[in-house]
Amino acid sequence: MTDERVRQVSLANRLLTRPEFGAFLALVVVWVFFAIVAFDNNFVSWVTTAAILNRAAPLGILAVAVALLMIAGEFDLSIGSIVGFAGMAIMLLITPAEAGGFGLPVWMAVLIALIITLLTGFFNGVLVMATRLPSFIITLGSLFIFRGLAVAIPRLMTNRTQLGGFEDYDSGGWAAAFATKIEVGGARFDIAIIWWIVIAAIATIVLLKTHIGNWIFGTGGDANAARNVGVPVAKLKIALFMVTALAAFTVALIQATQLNSADSLRGTLKEFEAIIAVVVGGTLLTGGYGSVLGPVFGALIFAMVQQGIIITGVDGDWFRVFVGGILVLAVIFNNFIRQRASKR
Amino acid sequence: MSDKILEIQGVSKFFGSVIALQNVSMFVRPGEVTCLLGDNGAGKSTLIKTLAGVHKPSEGKYFFEGSETLFESPREALNAGIATVYQDLAMIPLMSIWRNFFLGSEPLKAGPIFDIENAKRITREEMAKMGIDIRDPDQPVGTLSGGERQSVAIARAVYFGAKVLILDEPTAALGVKQAGVVLRYIVEARNRGIGVIFITHNPHHAYPVGDHFVILKRGQIFGDYAKEEVPIDHLIQMMAGGADLEQLQHELAEATGRS
Repeated sequence: MTDERVRQVSLANRLLTRPEFGAFLALVVVWVFFAIVAFDNNFVSWVTTAAILNRAAPLGILAVAVALLMIAGEFDLSIGSIVGFAGMAIMLLITPAEAGGFGLPVWMAVLIALIITLLTGFFNGVLVMATRLPSFIITLGSLFIFRGLAVAIPRLMTNRTQLGGFEDYDSGGWAAAFATKIEVGGARFDIAIIWWIVIAAIATIVLLKTHIGNWIFGTGGDANAARNVGVPVAKLKIALFMVTALAAFTVALIQATQLNSADSLRGTLKEFEAIIAVVVGGTLLTGGYGSVLGPVFGALIFAMVQQGIIITGVDGDWFRVFVGGILVLAVIFNNFIRQRASKR
Repeated sequence: MSDKILEIQGVSKFFGSVIALQNVSMFVRPGEVTCLLGDNGAGKSTLIKTLAGVHKPSEGKYFFEGSETLFESPREALNAGIATVYQDLAMIPLMSIWRNFFLGSEPLKAGPIFDIENAKRITREEMAKMGIDIRDPDQPVGTLSGGERQSVAIARAVYFGAKVLILDEPTAALGVKQAGVVLRYIVEARNRGIGVIFITHNPHHAYPVGDHFVILKRGQIFGDYAKEEVPIDHLIQMMAGGADLEQLQHELAEATGRS
């Protein structure tokens, strides 16, 4: 299948056209920066690496799902609220009746909470498709709805907004599956990192190697055109809203097992952090272009900056300034690269 | 001459009190190009949408492959083999050529796995059959020229088994050279036995490729001529409405004379 008219595109140019390339470059730059600036603070070490990855994993799981949705042309601002909501659902179902809960066995509680959480995604998706309103507005509404429910229902039933004691009821090895620490080089890595890798790998295969992935790109690129050639746009988008809800549920379960509790306010601002990771990862805000690997790098950058600032002892107040700056820079940089790449 | 593959007889379409089409009859045979000519507002769009299954005719009959048919949706018409390439193309600029080519009809190998190697190969082959080299199927469609994009859309319709190809002003937004490229693919599609309905308001584009010419004016058929019957000057005259054109020439002459 060689064709003498195919110009050998240089390796650099070929890399430049990949959506995740900018994020990869930024990741290297940020790492080198902290490796130099914070060398004395032990930045280049197993312990710091573990801290970064442990921080990145939950965000990365959310970012992978948000990326698929955003490539298909929709937003989900409610994902952080759903993390809090799902965590409270799990714990409320487990908490014994005398404490105001439902007292269900853990496996049943997890299963029911999963179904309820998937329904929140279904609700978002159906509402967006039925009203034809921007998902930005609809999920901004559900951001408040689900956070409100995550506070109001537990308070009503148990008079608390924090429910603890997961491990007291854990009989099915849930904690082992989601909260185990793996020791490497004296540092403790969360098993959530492995979940993150597995989820990202599955998402990459779906996006790049299946017809569903082609539909995702097509739907985000031009929903009407995709519909005209027979892509089930509405079903696809609803399913993707449910996938983001599933990612939120996974994070909620990781946190419930790791921290042995749920808190109504957990996941606050995670929707924005996930969007930042996705956009820094080279995904187009308007859809139709992006990757899974990019958001993975985006989440790593986010966690690396956070950890870097902590260990260098810079006042944590500066973290947001830094992250905001990186976001704007990344978008400018990605835009530049995309324009260059399309003119190859 | 083979039989007519698609024919409408006495079709009218009303939108409320507006008569968009009145008593329109036309046909296309396999391996022929029927050119549908008409100025803006002549009812071309309504006619295309009626042929493509978007609108149902208010009156009249629709025949496909010899039997009377009524399509409920464009999808149904497409499944029957009537492919319409609209002006805005339904191509997604950010996606690669092969992804666009197979969007909505992806070949699968195992389970949901997209058979990418085959998709790329078929894309290249089908484009080559139409006489187009695509150098790199991974190229985003957005980097192609307008004429090349039209060609991808046409090649896609042909590959997915179109028997009738309806082209909505495929040359309208193109430069001279680009339009020439598209005209070549129209001939190519015709040579492969497809019945082509080519909509345009440009007689210079229609004349070289058309086998017969249907002129639509104010929602009615103004004439239907085989190529042998009508020289191009005559076609231009009829399109613009001979008397109107003469009037215009007069006015222009006067205007230039005065200045």
